[in-house]
Amino acid sequence: MAVQKLPIAKAINESLRTALENDPKVLIMGEDVGKLGGVFRVTDGLQKDFGEERVIDTPLAESGIVGTAIGLALRGYRPVVEIQFDGFVFPAYDQIVTQLAKMHARALGKIKMPVVIRIPYGGGIGAVEHHSESPEALFAHVAGLKVVSPSNSADAYWMMQQAIQSDDPVIFFEPKRRYWDKGEVDKEAIPGPLHKAVVAREGTDLTLVAYGPMVKVCLEAAAAAEEEGKSLEVLDLRSMSPIDFDAVQASVEKTRRLVVVHEAPVFLGTGAEIAARITERCFYHLEAPVLRVGGYHAPYPPARLEEEYLPGLDRVLDTVDRSLAY
Amino acid sequence: MTVESTAARKPRRSSTGGGKRASAKKAAPQQSTEPELVQLLTPEGKRVKSAKNAVYDAYVADITSEELRGLYRDMVLTRRFDAEATSLQRQGELGLWASLLGQEAAQIGSGRATRGDDYVFPTYREHGVAWCRGVDPTNLLGMFRGVNNGGWDPNSNNFHLYTIVIGSQTLHATGYAMGVAKDGADSAVIAYFGDGASSQGDVAESFTFSAVYNAPVVFFCQNNQWAISEPTEKQTRVPLYQRAQGYGFPGVRVDGNDVLAVLAVTKWALERARTGEGPALIEAFTYRMGAHTTSDDPSKYRNDDERVAWEAKDPILRLRAFLESEGHADEGFFAELDDESEALGKRVREVVRAMPDPDLMAIFENVYADGHALVDEERAQFAAYQASFADTPAAGEVK
Repeated sequence: MAVQKLPIAKAINESLRTALENDPKVLIMGEDVGKLGGVFRVTDGLQKDFGEERVIDTPLAESGIVGTAIGLALRGYRPVVEIQFDGFVFPAYDQIVTQLAKMHARALGKIKMPVVIRIPYGGGIGAVEHHSESPEALFAHVAGLKVVSPSNSADAYWMMQQAIQSDDPVIFFEPKRRYWDKGEVDKEAIPGPLHKAVVAREGTDLTLVAYGPMVKVCLEAAAAAEEEGKSLEVLDLRSMSPIDFDAVQASVEKTRRLVVVHEAPVFLGTGAEIAARITERCFYHLEAPVLRVGGYHAPYPPARLEEEYLPGLDRVLDTVDRSLAY
Repeated sequence: MTVESTAARKPRRSSTGGGKRASAKKAAPQQSTEPELVQLLTPEGKRVKSAKNAVYDAYVADITSEELRGLYRDMVLTRRFDAEATSLQRQGELGLWASLLGQEAAQIGSGRATRGDDYVFPTYREHGVAWCRGVDPTNLLGMFRGVNNGGWDPNSNNFHLYTIVIGSQTLHATGYAMGVAKDGADSAVIAYFGDGASSQGDVAESFTFSAVYNAPVVFFCQNNQWAISEPTEKQTRVPLYQRAQGYGFPGVRVDGNDVLAVLAVTKWALERARTGEGPALIEAFTYRMGAHTTSDDPSKYRNDDERVAWEAKDPILRLRAFLESEGHADEGFFAELDDESEALGKRVREVVRAMPDPDLMAIFENVYADGHALVDEERAQFAAYQASFADTPAAGEVK
């Protein structure tokens, strides 16, 4: 029974359960994470089995949640904090940036901050304002934080295990529109390193780099391109801080073309950093400039417009064509 | 003039016109009763015995002469250290200093109320509390000199790093206290903050969290009347200690220049916390005698009369008057303390002047506990760049 087919939400749930079982210092904290099991049911059943002392329904105050998690970490706990939606993390941004990220360095290494902050992120679920954003670059920009996002159930399970075991604060972005996508999880597997990118599909003509919810879109784009005789490689980045530039470089040296895809606005986003670094590392290998597909420099639109706003199959393939045309 | 009537209710220069003030008062009738102030030593050094203070008085009823002399010594040495640091800033040895002048009783009284297993979360001005916790005072100077951003191991003395972002540490204290309760330990936590910080959302959230989880934390607010240039009236319409009521825990205003009263009230609050009665708020009513920091000029925004009025309530002079009149200390004690004070000043000067700049590569140290590829890459690039200069010491060498 080592291998199970689980939706991403359930894989995270099982991972949290495993962590609670293995380490008495692990705590779950957040709004509605107890009886309700979170608005996406990611913590479903955990309070029932581990009690209110370990699965903690908090007051509705994000800065308070992260600030007290820091205090609990100072006391030796390993809090796993849930922020209910991406757009609600900002009251906690001060605690995350000025306190959580810097504490280890300020203490000259004498104290550690093993805090995981889970954030369901991204669009595609027809939500109201502030429920569909992708703020990962705002966290990846901050030294002291690590930022990751799984794209599938196995990674959801194992990356959560690794994030909880990390002695650094990890911002764990969960692709909320993929919560119900099923995939195989082998709980006895030996996972690869947390911050390594993984080739999700091999190809020879162009590299698509994506993470979280966009990996699926890129895999679909690669399948469609194959029908047109184009071979696209899809690299699942998995980690936005640190970024596995070596893996991107290796792929680009093979394919000579790179398109980065994310839901977040392209301006000063993950793709901008990858474009700059890869241009520097692979200048003589590139047949085309690094191109990006992502959100626009506009507030996330009302739900009726999000399908057009979000990078989809057509926009990705359109950009692939632009790259191949060089 | 009593302490209550000096600064709390006296209208200072204010951007709000008289008419507006009057109408505001009409719109929201006085909700607070006259602030109660716990005082055990008058500014003249006379012991106050009153029924309303009895609950607190009990905590210092059997205080010994030696303990009283100890409090006096702590305050004198803390003031000396503070003055030395101010001078060192003027001499260019420190980039900045946040003086505690005038707040010695609030800090020593509360600091001496803590037990070794309690945990302290300071602002950046708690030099006296650090002294009580056994943190070497010269360790406090590293961040003000610019050689580190912290510099001591918080767990060595259960004294957290100074926190510069206003009010953030109150949440850390609350979380820590939640952990103490989970562990079933009987220690307590104390969070320091000021009148300015009382406006921060984090402080309000820490009140909420601590109350909801009944966390063993004492909130110790030094109301020194000024948040840089803004008087307390710009932060609150009710006496700060009364805010606790709205969160469901007790609040007490104590004469912050009366070390005995601060000691008693803080012991009371810490014991409550230790015995599962939850948080409490102490407002130590005091006065920042100096500037906010050495970068500030208080003559721009406050009247010197106010400072002169508070000088008459000096925490050190009042305890000295009490020690002398009650025969708790003799001339020899004060003379010895003068010598000790001189020696401390000399040591602080010497240590600070000898404090080396950190190694260049310290920039990249302890950014992460488990390492980070980008930091590794940038460290290597930086080292190679530095090594390209013939006159630059190699990484690891002290300049």
